Amino acid sequence: MSRLKELFDAGEFVVTGEVAPPRGTDLSGMHASVDLLAPYCHALNVTDNQGATLHLSSLAASRAILDRGIEPIFQQTCRDRNRLALQSDLLAAWSLGLENVLMVTGDDPRAGDHPHAKGVFDLDSTQLAGIARTMNEGRDMMGRELKGATGFYIGAAMFPEAEPWDVQLSRIEQKIAAGVRFFQTQAIFDMDKLQRAVDAVRPMGAKVIAGVLVIRSPRVVTFVNEHLAGLMVPDHIAERIRRAEDPAEEAIALATEQVRDIRDIADGVHVMPLGLDAAVGRILTG
Amino acid sequence: MIITKPRDWARITGNLESVGARRVFLMGCGQCATVAHTGGEKELEATAAQLAAEGYTVTGWTVGDVTCHLNGTKLDARKHREEIDSADAVLVLACGAGVQTTAEAIGKPVFPGLESLFLGTVVRNGVFEERCQTCGDCVLGETAGICPVTTCPKGLLNGPCGGMWDGMCEVLSDRECTHVRIRRRLTEQGRAGAGTLAPKDFSTALKPGSVNIRDRVTARQKPSSEGPPGRKGTR
Repeated sequence: MSRLKELFDAGEFVVTGEVAPPRGTDLSGMHASVDLLAPYCHALNVTDNQGATLHLSSLAASRAILDRGIEPIFQQTCRDRNRLALQSDLLAAWSLGLENVLMVTGDDPRAGDHPHAKGVFDLDSTQLAGIARTMNEGRDMMGRELKGATGFYIGAAMFPEAEPWDVQLSRIEQKIAAGVRFFQTQAIFDMDKLQRAVDAVRPMGAKVIAGVLVIRSPRVVTFVNEHLAGLMVPDHIAERIRRAEDPAEEAIALATEQVRDIRDIADGVHVMPLGLDAAVGRILTG
Repeated sequence: MIITKPRDWARITGNLESVGARRVFLMGCGQCATVAHTGGEKELEATAAQLAAEGYTVTGWTVGDVTCHLNGTKLDARKHREEIDSADAVLVLACGAGVQTTAEAIGKPVFPGLESLFLGTVVRNGVFEERCQTCGDCVLGETAGICPVTTCPKGLLNGPCGGMWDGMCEVLSDRECTHVRIRRRLTEQGRAGAGTLAPKDFSTALKPGSVNIRDRVTARQKPSSEGPPGRKGTR
């Protein structure tokens, strides 16, 4: 059974991190990240061609980090595969021992390194979550019986700071109805909005893992605001990083404060170190 | 209507050169291409002038009534028989459907003079937007008359995606998110919405589409004995 689910069931505050599979076949860089993060994290997300850029598959990389001794959260986007391929990969994932899945839409191909690619989007993330639940019940999306069911712990993304909130709330309700049991949020800067999201989700029986982004330099602020979908660094935080003598240290201090706040609000925290993997221990224990 | 745009001139002359054509007949269309300002009288005159300036002989031109109508186009071609007979090739300023009816109606090399873009809404004169993909599996009844398949760049039935910010689209950042618009219109009309929409049936959009309304009448008269309708007549 998913350790992530067991920890939630036991009332633990869960810590997750994130690794990116390599653009190539050399796994050593990813493993170095895993070794830095694993002592502090209960599970690690493995991204799926993040930013619509080519990487080794999340499926293979998820298994690789499982072999390295940490539980993966296998991410699936709807951008690159149709319903046959997505279901096929879900069956493969379960057979490879991957128990957590996170269903996301995926960035538009025009934002990535293959801008001429056809965005598939045969399914959306809510439909895909619903299909994973159906597979947990032993059937494919057409209702046909599977020889061996899956048993995924199903997650999805959530965007507590992206207004309008009523639209977000209705998406959350749809995702939970589809079978989503845990959410990982986009990076949080406004704790009141996180509280609003948690208050809405908890009564529906799902868990919230709040995202923390380590903004290690003014350049990262610009990158986030211009290139990361569904996220803006608020002015007061951007200023704090810009004015700092040592922006990286300031970013670590900021992330540490955010983690402390999140411990009082959400069910877990998801750290996105953006290259400062070595600081994750300090951020989580500070 | 079908929205078209002028085709790259070098590709047009390249097509004409491929068959050594120096004498050209022009065919326009009195419907969509006229409204789109790409294949009406004015555009045919301008194209004829450009061809003449480059040394081609334009044997004649006509704006077909409905160029995608096969029998109508045959009739138009008959009216201009001599001009067409004396041409080496025909250049069609209409959508791809019109190019193909013309090619079928006229036994000569026929070339496209336009690029066909999409089924468009005329927002105002000269401004066209794609709002329908003719997918054969309409969800407008559930989405307050706003098509997410077409107007969401990702074509998501259930949205918004994670890229939406302040109600705006991730991909087309100057446009409001389709799913935010749908939600607002549903709310304004006091409608709850249909909840999560099921995965789309893409089999209805398989190419090539084909409809014969006589099949439809037959299918309606004997719905059960015939079993599920075949590809023909299902759109």
